[in-house]
Amino acid sequence: MKICVLVKEVPDAAVDKRIDPATGRMDRSGERNLNPYDTHAIETAMQLREGGQLEVDEIVAVTMGPESAVRALHKAVSLGADRSVHVCDDALAGSDVAATGYALAKAVEREAPDLVLLGQQSDDGECYTIGAVVADHLKMPSLTQVVKLDVDGDALRLERQAEYGYDTVRVRLPAVISVGDAINEPRYPSLKAIMGAKKKPLETLDAAGAGIDVALVGAEGSRVACGDFHDPPAKPAGQIIEDENTDETVAQIVAWLEERKLI
Amino acid sequence: MTRPHDFLDIDFLLSDEEREIRDMVRRFVAEQVTPYVGEWFEQATIPRELAPALGALGLLGMHLEGYGCAGASATAYGITCMELEAGDSGVRSLVSVQGSLAMFAIHRWGSEEQKQEWLPKLATGEAIGCFGLTEPDAGSDPGAMRTHARRDGEDWILNGQKMWITNGSVADVAVVWARTDEGIRGFLVPRDTKGFTAPEIHRKLSLRASVTSELVLDDVRLPAAAQLPLATSLRAPLSCLNEARYGIVWGAIGAARACFEAALSYSQERVAFGRPIAATQLQQAKLAEMATEVNRGLLLALHLGRLKDAGRLEPEQVSMGKLANVGAALRVARTARQVLGANGITLEYPVIRHMNNLESVITYEGTADVHALVVGGALTGIQAFR
Ligand SMILES: Cc1cc2nc3c(=O)[nH]c(=O)nc-3n(C[C@H](O)[C@H](O)[C@H](O)COP(=O)(O)OP(=O)(O)OC[C@H]3O[C@@H](n4cnc5c(N)ncnc54)[C@H](O)[C@@H]3O)c2cc1C
Ligand SMILES: Cc1cc2nc3c(=O)[nH]c(=O)nc-3n(C[C@H](O)[C@H](O)[C@H](O)COP(=O)(O)OP(=O)(O)OC[C@H]3O[C@@H](n4cnc5c(N)ncnc54)[C@H](O)[C@@H]3O)c2cc1C
Repeated sequence: MKICVLVKEVPDAAVDKRIDPATGRMDRSGERNLNPYDTHAIETAMQLREGGQLEVDEIVAVTMGPESAVRALHKAVSLGADRSVHVCDDALAGSDVAATGYALAKAVEREAPDLVLLGQQSDDGECYTIGAVVADHLKMPSLTQVVKLDVDGDALRLERQAEYGYDTVRVRLPAVISVGDAINEPRYPSLKAIMGAKKKPLETLDAAGAGIDVALVGAEGSRVACGDFHDPPAKPAGQIIEDENTDETVAQIVAWLEERKLI
Repeated sequence: MTRPHDFLDIDFLLSDEEREIRDMVRRFVAEQVTPYVGEWFEQATIPRELAPALGALGLLGMHLEGYGCAGASATAYGITCMELEAGDSGVRSLVSVQGSLAMFAIHRWGSEEQKQEWLPKLATGEAIGCFGLTEPDAGSDPGAMRTHARRDGEDWILNGQKMWITNGSVADVAVVWARTDEGIRGFLVPRDTKGFTAPEIHRKLSLRASVTSELVLDDVRLPAAAQLPLATSLRAPLSCLNEARYGIVWGAIGAARACFEAALSYSQERVAFGRPIAATQLQQAKLAEMATEVNRGLLLALHLGRLKDAGRLEPEQVSMGKLANVGAALRVARTARQVLGANGITLEYPVIRHMNNLESVITYEGTADVHALVVGGALTGIQAFR
């Protein structure tokens, strides 16, 4: 079987996030890295392959992004993907979530994978929705926020993080699955894998090459435009409880938590 | 905009691959070394499992070609040393001794059989190597060594004592240098060879997360095949030291960076006289000085790395690098220690650990004096050792 993993290059987590007021888009200059959630998706693919219950012939990393995004692909390959596909076209710049999901779905469609994996959110956009959009275009079931994944005969058994506890789901492939960071601990890329990453096949496609209708992507093809931006509201000052009598302190903390329905 | 942790944007001078390697080692150190190393230092141990973990990442002998080694660039090796030493000089020492001293000696001066036998296991960390040159009475002047080997039929018989040998007690194979009637020779001594023992040196106050040992050779009988066939003079062990020193040029800056970063964040949080100490001119001057030392040292290391990759690096340039960067690192560590006030003397913060470690780093692989003499000799054409 073939697994496609969707990956994205994002600003490094150490860099403060900022909206560029001129474009209304995120300022993506500065140090970049592979979206950390995507490393969990790659690790999921690797564990499926190494688990041996499914015969995984190929793991393909797919990204849509500017030229610099090849670095995210190199990193994906150093973490275990066999080859990668880069959809890169000026016409794609400024795509909203729906347009991005459509473009990625077109690129994935060419690969005809049995399973599409991705991180549940990107570290910059944090929309949690690309998986669902891609699944819709591919007419595959969409499972999001998956934190456990096991092979169950010819299907997968998943645990989804729900608001209160977990949903257990069984899904037959093909499917699009977005994973949370609790699903696994991504491996370290080895030195040899890093050094070999550039030698693995990388296919670059423009919009036409990927079969993308440019009317549906880019700033023009996007129906969502960001309007105004505000700083998040300032957090109210915290409450400091002086610990004079431990029993009383505990009671106060418990009351505080109960009041907010946190316990 | 400048960034406090990479003020001169030296990152810009690295390739993507070099950044990937840096990020990988940095993450390993953050997850597997930093949380535990204070404890190792206090207990004067370093876990044996660290070697296979480093081997799995491909970091042991990473700059060598073949035999399971990755064949990485000198610059990539230097970056790795820097990131490891930002964790602890002991961890970097483990990797330096394994890769640049033991493995390099076998790779450069060994026979094909010796390479086949030892390099793959040393690369994975399944086996550990050590390098025995220094003796109780011969450190800076290794030519004064007393350990000797004499022929007995086809075999060699070794007698003598080595001192201050990193990894000695945990090594599966020791590269031992000895004088013979024919000159200095190198030998591979497997751990269980009769007459060979490696008692650990205790009561160190520096490089405690590193094993340091004596090697005792008491009528150790070795077959002819244990001798490194291409090593025929002191030039052979000195070539190994030159490799390891190159790594220290980078490593020292890792330790310095860790001290600077600790001082920077501490100074922003610590309030005295009603404001963060970072708001005082005296502390800002220290921070500026430390940042300058770290950035300048890194540029020097990177320059030497690029020269080495271009095949142009001379030993006296490595001497200049070691002299400059370890000295700079010690100054940064001592300044950072003071910025941390009383907290600076505890193992809760990395600074005094690095500061004490650097006292070993400035002594081993050629003392600062010795490197000054090497540079002075190259500048003047006059050797001032004797
Ligand atoms: C933690 C640790 C680990 C080590 N690991 C290893 C190892 O794995 N393998 C190994 O072989 N060795 C190892 N060493 C030994 C190290 O390389 C030596 O300590 C070093 O070379 C200095 O030798 P020495 O200690 O005998 O000092 P000495 O040579 O006795 O020097 C004492 C002082 O005299 C100065 N001096 C010497 N000669 C001159 C001169 N001509 N002019 C002016 N000043 C001079 C020196 O600079 C120094 O300040 C290690 C040492 C330490 C501390
Ligand atoms: C082993 C040990 C034993 C000790 N024993 C005792 C004891 O018996 N009794 C006791 O009362 N205390 C004791 N101390 C505490 C010691 O006196 C304090 O550590 C010392 O006064 C410094 O205070 P601090 O550690 O809080 O550092 P801080 O005051 O937080 O200083 C941190 C750094 O900021 C600098 N700094 C502070 N203010 C300014 C300023 N205005 N401008 C510029 N720079 C500034 C300092 O010079 C220092 O570099 C001991 C400390 C140690 C390490």
